[in-house]
Amino acid sequence: MNPANYLILSALLFTIGTVGVLVRRNAIVVFMSIELMLNAVNLTLVTFSRINGTLDGQIMAFFVMVVAAAEVVIGLAIILSIFRTRRSASVDDVNLLKY
Amino acid sequence: MNTVPWLTILLIVPAAGAVVVAALPRRHATLAKQLTLGITLAVLVLAVLATFAYDPDKAGFQFGQSYDWISTFGISYSVGADGISLVLMLLAALLVPVVVLSSWDEVDGDATGGGRVPAPTVAPDATGGTPGGSAGGTGSAGGVGPIGVAGEIGGVGGLGGVGGLGGDDLGGGGGSGGGGGSGGTAVALAAPAPARTVTIPPVEARGEAAERHGRRSVPAFFALLLALEAGMIGVFAATDVFLFYVFFEAMLIPMYFLIGSYGPVKEQAQRSYAAVKFLVYSLLGGLLMLAAVIGLYVVSADNLGHGTFDFATLRQMEITPGVQKLLFLGFFVAFAIKAPLFPFHTWLPDAGAQSPTGGAVLLVGVLDKVGTFGLIRYCIPLFPDAADYFAPLVLGLAVVGIFYGALLAIGQRDMKRLVAYTSLAHFGFIALGLFAFTSQAGTGAVLYMVNHGLSTGLLFLVVGFLVTRRGTRDVGAYGGLAKVTPVLAGVFLLAGLSSLALPGTNSFVSEFLVLVGTFTANKPLAIVATCGIVLAAIYVLYLYQRTMTGPVVHEENRVLHDLGLREKVVVAPLVALIVALGVYPKPLLDIIRPTVTATYADIGKSDPAPTHPAAAHPASAQPGGHS
Amino acid sequence: MRVAPALLAATEPGGQPIHYAAASGVFSLSWLLIVLPLAGAAVLLLGGRRTDRVGHIIGTLAAAASFVLGLVLFAALLGRDGDDRALSQHLYSWIPVNGFRVDVGLLVDQLSIVFVLLITGVGTLIHIYSIGYMAHDPNRRKFFAYMNLFLASMLLLVLGNNFLSLYAGWELVGLSSYLLIKFWEDRPAAATAANKAFYMNRVGDVGLALAIMFMFATVGSTSYADVFGAAAAGVIGYGTLTAIALLLLLGACGKSGQFPLQAWLPDAMEGPTPISALIHAATMVTAGVYLIVRAGPIFDGTQAARTVVVIIGAATILIGCVIGCAYDDIKKVLAYSTVSQIGYMFLAVGLGPAGYALGIMHLLAHGFFKAGLFLGAGSVIHGMDDDQDLRHYGGLWRYMPITWVTFGLGYLAIIGFPGLSGFFTKDRIIETAFDKGGTSGYLLGSIALLGAGITAFYMTRLFLMTFHGKPRWSAEGPAAKHPHESPVSMTGPMIVLAVGSVFAGGLFVLGHSLQDWLEPVAGTGVEGVHTFSPVVLTLLTLVVTAGGFAGAYLRYQMRPVESVARPDTEVTLVTFAARHDLFANTFNETVAMRPGQYLTRFLVWLDLVGIDGLVRGSAAAIGGLSGRMRRLQTGFVRSYALSMLGGAVLVVGALLLVRAG
Repeated sequence: MNPANYLILSALLFTIGTVGVLVRRNAIVVFMSIELMLNAVNLTLVTFSRINGTLDGQIMAFFVMVVAAAEVVIGLAIILSIFRTRRSASVDDVNLLKY
Repeated sequence: MNTVPWLTILLIVPAAGAVVVAALPRRHATLAKQLTLGITLAVLVLAVLATFAYDPDKAGFQFGQSYDWISTFGISYSVGADGISLVLMLLAALLVPVVVLSSWDEVDGDATGGGRVPAPTVAPDATGGTPGGSAGGTGSAGGVGPIGVAGEIGGVGGLGGVGGLGGDDLGGGGGSGGGGGSGGTAVALAAPAPARTVTIPPVEARGEAAERHGRRSVPAFFALLLALEAGMIGVFAATDVFLFYVFFEAMLIPMYFLIGSYGPVKEQAQRSYAAVKFLVYSLLGGLLMLAAVIGLYVVSADNLGHGTFDFATLRQMEITPGVQKLLFLGFFVAFAIKAPLFPFHTWLPDAGAQSPTGGAVLLVGVLDKVGTFGLIRYCIPLFPDAADYFAPLVLGLAVVGIFYGALLAIGQRDMKRLVAYTSLAHFGFIALGLFAFTSQAGTGAVLYMVNHGLSTGLLFLVVGFLVTRRGTRDVGAYGGLAKVTPVLAGVFLLAGLSSLALPGTNSFVSEFLVLVGTFTANKPLAIVATCGIVLAAIYVLYLYQRTMTGPVVHEENRVLHDLGLREKVVVAPLVALIVALGVYPKPLLDIIRPTVTATYADIGKSDPAPTHPAAAHPASAQPGGHS
Repeated sequence: MRVAPALLAATEPGGQPIHYAAASGVFSLSWLLIVLPLAGAAVLLLGGRRTDRVGHIIGTLAAAASFVLGLVLFAALLGRDGDDRALSQHLYSWIPVNGFRVDVGLLVDQLSIVFVLLITGVGTLIHIYSIGYMAHDPNRRKFFAYMNLFLASMLLLVLGNNFLSLYAGWELVGLSSYLLIKFWEDRPAAATAANKAFYMNRVGDVGLALAIMFMFATVGSTSYADVFGAAAAGVIGYGTLTAIALLLLLGACGKSGQFPLQAWLPDAMEGPTPISALIHAATMVTAGVYLIVRAGPIFDGTQAARTVVVIIGAATILIGCVIGCAYDDIKKVLAYSTVSQIGYMFLAVGLGPAGYALGIMHLLAHGFFKAGLFLGAGSVIHGMDDDQDLRHYGGLWRYMPITWVTFGLGYLAIIGFPGLSGFFTKDRIIETAFDKGGTSGYLLGSIALLGAGITAFYMTRLFLMTFHGKPRWSAEGPAAKHPHESPVSMTGPMIVLAVGSVFAGGLFVLGHSLQDWLEPVAGTGVEGVHTFSPVVLTLLTLVVTAGGFAGAYLRYQMRPVESVARPDTEVTLVTFAARHDLFANTFNETVAMRPGQYLTRFLVWLDLVGIDGLVRGSAAAIGGLSGRMRRLQTGFVRSYALSMLGGAVLVVGALLLVRAG
């Protein structure tokens, strides 16, 4: 199969993720979109690894997975605590980190 | 003897001391003081021993040590002493214990004042309406800062607000965090949170902490002094340009906190303003210098094939005149700000007035000497062509500074500002001497650096004594004190006389050398500069007249007490040195002269010969020449 | 440390070499002359209140010891050959920097020993006098400490063997003078006067400092031997020599209260009277004369500078005389009299080698009679409860006979009564001025002659208004005065000085004793053609003096003196001007002080608003800019994400562009 197809898929997934981050208000959905983007990147990495015949990309993909897992843990915890204090998980309700 | 790593020891002792003292809990105030005094006295003894081990007639750096630090960029830890840096280190080592002893009760004394307002209670009001001050969140500083500054000085909201950042919070931060710097930063970073929401728990905890430690931390103050001492010794000892830069900037940090946190209790806004002004001004110069330092590295990489920051290597390097000029300016602006020379001086009166007395003594006595030291250590030998090219400019600024500083000093009512402005005049003399390119003027200028540290240091101390007694820096609040406090008046007068360079005091030797050396090279300039000594008489004696003579006009002044034993001990070494170095300056001259002479000889400058030498030259009249 | 210096061969105007022989034997103790009073000052100042009770004794003993040592040295000098009386002692190396080498060294020679004797002799007498005069002052110890400091500084000034040592002494006497003028420093007037004295002296000091720099740049040395050697050998260009001489003269004018720097001296009378006697009459203010005589080889080479010296001398004679007639304050009159008498000395030394010895002679005689007059004035002031106004005196001779007699002798000496010291010394100056020849000779001589007449007038006025006529004070009422004679410690020195005023002149002049003594240093004038024969001139002088006396006698003895001076509106323009110091203070204020104040104020404003304003302005500009910029920071995560995306797109786009390009 043409490796380019994987890349196109990955680009599509990434775009969907990006749009999700930008247009959705719910923090959980935004979070899921980010995960989608990360996985899109993973796909790209694995594809290139396959194309180039080296293992670098696959190793990188593992790193990304670990990071993503860590991110989920912390991110969900933050979202949860915000939800507890504010009764809302909308990202537009939190803008204290300004100016 | 020369195998002893004097400079590294001198550097490590106060640095380690700073860590130890900073780690002390704040209730051990007395222990911190005693420990600091012990350490600084040890440093003084070591510095004196090092001076005896120094051989003035040997060329180049002595006590040299060099270890690779960041070898990729040719950066090394290298230290060494020549005649110029040695006397300045000695000055630093002498002034710090004096300052420690003079500040003995200064920090505790403020405890009752309750200068600090607990932050959270004010925070919402202060920052709620206008989102003012990116870091002004600490409430008291952020809120009062911009307003106070606007009223007092004319509206620099931004600066004042930033001042709140490290300024007032160090007291709490330093205490809880142990290390002065990191503690302050930590609190400051946490600060923005309370601006909107007072309900977040950590704020309350912090508020209680501030209440509990409503006083300034004594160990932190003395730890800062020790850190400052380490920085000062390092900056003079470094023979690696990058290392010099690191120390140059590192000195700012303790000084910044000394001004911002330990300045006058009641003038929180002004002292924050002064601290930030000092820091920003110095950083600006420092960054220009950093650019020049990197430029120097690049040039050395081009010239030598491998980049280096080693001073001795760089000194041998030929740099094209155009590049020299640029690099010279980078260094020069940093040093001109540091010294300071006209017109880069406006931070000094603020910083001088808002520092605690000890801080002011070190600031003007030693820190500022880094500027003039840099001129003769780096600007002149590294960039001889540029130094030649810019000499008229520097000389012009120097002479303007002599008169400008003197006239402004005459016009001041704030005693500490007044002394700061006199320093501007003195730095004019020093710069004049350095850029006259004769060995007399240069030696005089270096000696002037030491003498100025002694005499202006003493002047600041005495003014500090007055301010401590009376609580105000306004000249108008004094008058007739010679009757009430005769010893204080006497010391004050002596410090003033040294400041106006009366023969018999130390400054005369240096000032006359500067003038006579300049005269041989540039008559008109020397003649103009000499007229400045009249103004020196006016600013000193006019100040003395207003504070010490006449009837006692203010009833409060009648009960002021004269110098106590501790204060006498503080001033005694300075008084003794002022007289001793005026009568017999030869030991210092013998250390300074060879280095200065070599520096000028290196760049191809020699003293102009007398036009009509006497038939019987005085050399034949020297002792030992005949019998 | 003290190694004998080599013989320094330098040439003297006459072409004979001066031998500065190494000081040995008793002369190697000459440093003690300075150190003794210095130690006295140090003990008294550092000892604090503990030494209060013995302060005056220590101070007086230190001065006396120095005087005795001076006598011993003088005797030892007498025992040496006439041309071998200059001994140089190297003490230690003071400021050695490559070519610039200054040693602390002393030169005991005919000129300096004369000054040593004057300073320590009169100094000791005034120390003794002060024991009584300052008996009730709580700070008497400090007073003696400062006086000792003054003696040490003044001795350093005259004994130094190079110009920088002289300069050190020069400024240190200025300091002592400052300290003593403001001795009663709770009086604002005293503090102001002290500051004024120091400032104006500093202006002079600038001249002296620059002269020294010129010497170093020209000759490469500041020692007398080298500088004078070069000057006498004629290797220094005329312009340079003149410049050096004029700068020295500026210094001399400052210290000696000569025109145009005379205004500080009368104000300096705010100090205690013994100080006016010692510092502002007998010794310090004559340092300018010493300087010119000492620097004789320089002045010898430049006629232009000498002309300026005589002009200043002549102008100052008249200024002092005119103002002296107008004041009613006894000390101010004496101060202006000092100004004018020093004018005579300047006139004399400006005439060159012919006048050097005369100037010194008049200086010594003046030291005696003026110190005596001031001490007498102090005695009167003491007896009149610190009232200094002549118009409140009158008829005092009855109440203070010793003061009357001693003051009277000093008075007769200063107006040049035949046989007394002033007669010999002033007469010779007038004579030499006429002998200069030409129009300038006549002019200078006439001024000196006129000065003698006016001196007789105002001194007679002073004397009569004080001691004779009807008392203008009352022993009863609220302002009751009880004039009384002063204690022995005060009258003793007055008697000694009176004796000195009587005999000093004769001693110096008869047999040319002093002139011969000073000849190796001061040189000797060529006996020129006399414009008038000495006898005629002496008679002429006497007639003029008698005229002055008669005028004052008629005005102030035959007619009653008002006890209140007439207001400024009713006096002649001359009197008005004289009462206002011929507007010297007004001039200084308008030309120097006020513009200085405005300049200072302007600069303070400029610094705050201009230079610092620029700094603060740029800070505020950056602050304002960041204030705008920070609005971009909305706090909304999604807007941050959008900007990140935008940034990423930009970077990728740029990369693609670079790749494609």
